[in-house]
Amino acid sequence: MSDLKTKLVLLLGVALSVIVLYGFLYLEREWEIGVLLVMVPLGVYFLKRANALTYYQHAAREMPRFTWISFALGVVVLIMLLRHEDFALLMLTTVLLYATVSLGLTIQFGFAGVVNFAAIAFFGIGAYSMAILNQHFLHIPDLLIIFFSGAISALLGALLILPILRTRGHYAALITIAFGILFRTFLEVNDVLGGPQGLRVSGLEMFGWDFGNSFPNELGGGSFYVAYAIVALVLLATGYLITRLIEASWLGLNMDSVRLDEVASASFGINGPRWKITAFMLGNCFAGFAGAVYAAMYGFIAPASFNLSDSLLLVSIVLLGGIGNPVAVIPAAFLIVVLPEKFQVIQEYRLLLFGIVVILILRFRPSGLMPRGLRQYFAGRFG
Amino acid sequence: MRQTVLQTKELTVSFGGLKALNGLDFQLCEGEFLGLIGPNGSGKTTFFNALTGIYRPAAGSVLLHGNDITGAPPNKIYAYGITRTFQRLRLATSLSVLDNLIIGNQRNLNLGLWYNIFNRKYFKQRLQEQIQIAEELLSRFSRDLAVHLFKPVSSLSMIDRRRVEVCRALISEPKILLLDEPSAGMTPDETRALMDELQHWREQYPALSIILIEHEMELINKVSDRCVVLNYGEKIAEGRYSEVSKEPGVRAAYLGED
Repeated sequence: MSDLKTKLVLLLGVALSVIVLYGFLYLEREWEIGVLLVMVPLGVYFLKRANALTYYQHAAREMPRFTWISFALGVVVLIMLLRHEDFALLMLTTVLLYATVSLGLTIQFGFAGVVNFAAIAFFGIGAYSMAILNQHFLHIPDLLIIFFSGAISALLGALLILPILRTRGHYAALITIAFGILFRTFLEVNDVLGGPQGLRVSGLEMFGWDFGNSFPNELGGGSFYVAYAIVALVLLATGYLITRLIEASWLGLNMDSVRLDEVASASFGINGPRWKITAFMLGNCFAGFAGAVYAAMYGFIAPASFNLSDSLLLVSIVLLGGIGNPVAVIPAAFLIVVLPEKFQVIQEYRLLLFGIVVILILRFRPSGLMPRGLRQYFAGRFG
Repeated sequence: MRQTVLQTKELTVSFGGLKALNGLDFQLCEGEFLGLIGPNGSGKTTFFNALTGIYRPAAGSVLLHGNDITGAPPNKIYAYGITRTFQRLRLATSLSVLDNLIIGNQRNLNLGLWYNIFNRKYFKQRLQEQIQIAEELLSRFSRDLAVHLFKPVSSLSMIDRRRVEVCRALISEPKILLLDEPSAGMTPDETRALMDELQHWREQYPALSIILIEHEMELINKVSDRCVVLNYGEKIAEGRYSEVSKEPGVRAAYLGED
């Protein structure tokens, strides 16, 4: 394939995705979404029959950077198209933030094999850090506060490292579940953190721009969510880049090795605990970043937003997408966040439905909708 | 007399009341090819696991070049230059052949966060070096296999997987190689081919010492310089295979004679 042709194929893929995503976010009547829901799998099926999907995958492997950047720009276009739709932007931002947390989970159990059923707790730590730091340290720039929130999340997560390193499989999972519950209870009884009533969070202010105002008219005007959506997109894009680079380096190789066979990898000099700790802290850091932006966007946080069920939802995003595939969490997050919002009927049975989805995936497609491929260190030949 | 590389003194490993290894005195010389034989459950694999730090010895000591390394963790043992293969293959089957080999060369990888994530140009050079090393090593064992460098291990046949495992243990140019029944699941011809390659390797690296656990007595007879026979965790005989195989104690352990 020539370079130009490859690029055209990639751009076509982005354009198609943007149209479909726009449809899902913009349309409101249930029958319209229903039609879309039937058409998308059909479209995917025919594209697959025509080998267009394989063609696209080859193109993406040849030019990973172009793919990544064109997708990010595609989402910017999507945000601009939806700039007057508050609710659609809110959903899109939530998708971007949840996808960021899921990338953290991908590093944790997709790469290093550390289970984490407390993702929402680390998200929550980030959110509460944002609320408190923003209130008490007005002179610190908000960008730095987001950064600190991630760091605090990673450091508090470090408390769990010892018990997690000393346990295996189900037991490690139980420890994280316990931590998630403990976190919520702690928030509820702690008056400094607002107790069950929660806390107000002031909005972001970056580069001299108050995010609470609507999007400036010179740039086309629009909802104040536009700014948050762009921040969330930058966060996700950065997170994705870091995750990919980890995968495509000795770090990812060592993490995979630890996950697949800890005894054998130790016999080849790999320090298992080192990689588990690295993955766990990095993943929680991602969750903390996302939580901070989420808190600033909503302007209000309470313990009730950080339930075990939300952690399970994040885990189901990773399962649905494909464990260990950083690309896969993005469409999966979209499906899991947007569909229940669009179908009010589903909304009530949300958890029930996720349960069914998880069971079906585990039974029929354990490697997810987009299974992870072999490691690709660089564009083209390697791997 | 050649120099002693590895020595154990009164090495004991116990699981509850059972002594899987009982006061084993053992030594390995530089460049030696030693056969470790004995009936099932006699403690051969346990011995490997105790040497490589997977099991902690209950008593006794392990000396490498005279330095006490008893109870050192597996990653330290690897850093000292001892590598192994496993009786039941322990490759990362969902990863590529290349990835598996690079895992074996861990000692020569730079694991810094900055270097791995941001210094990609430099990383690419290191990767190309590793690919070259892996390709050369694989093609010594099998030209056909070297073509499959970028394929997942799960797509390989049994013999090729064995080869990958042996290569993974050799790629870091160890001082001591521990082979745990490499012939399991292979035809005699395939085993012979593998052993011939190992002999070539030894010619190039004469200082490499090998301990081989094996049930094929003919193979032991052919390749080993010396044999150690274990039974119930104790050493019952030691010497050249032709001598050892005649000893009544050994015959009794294998054939059940009184």
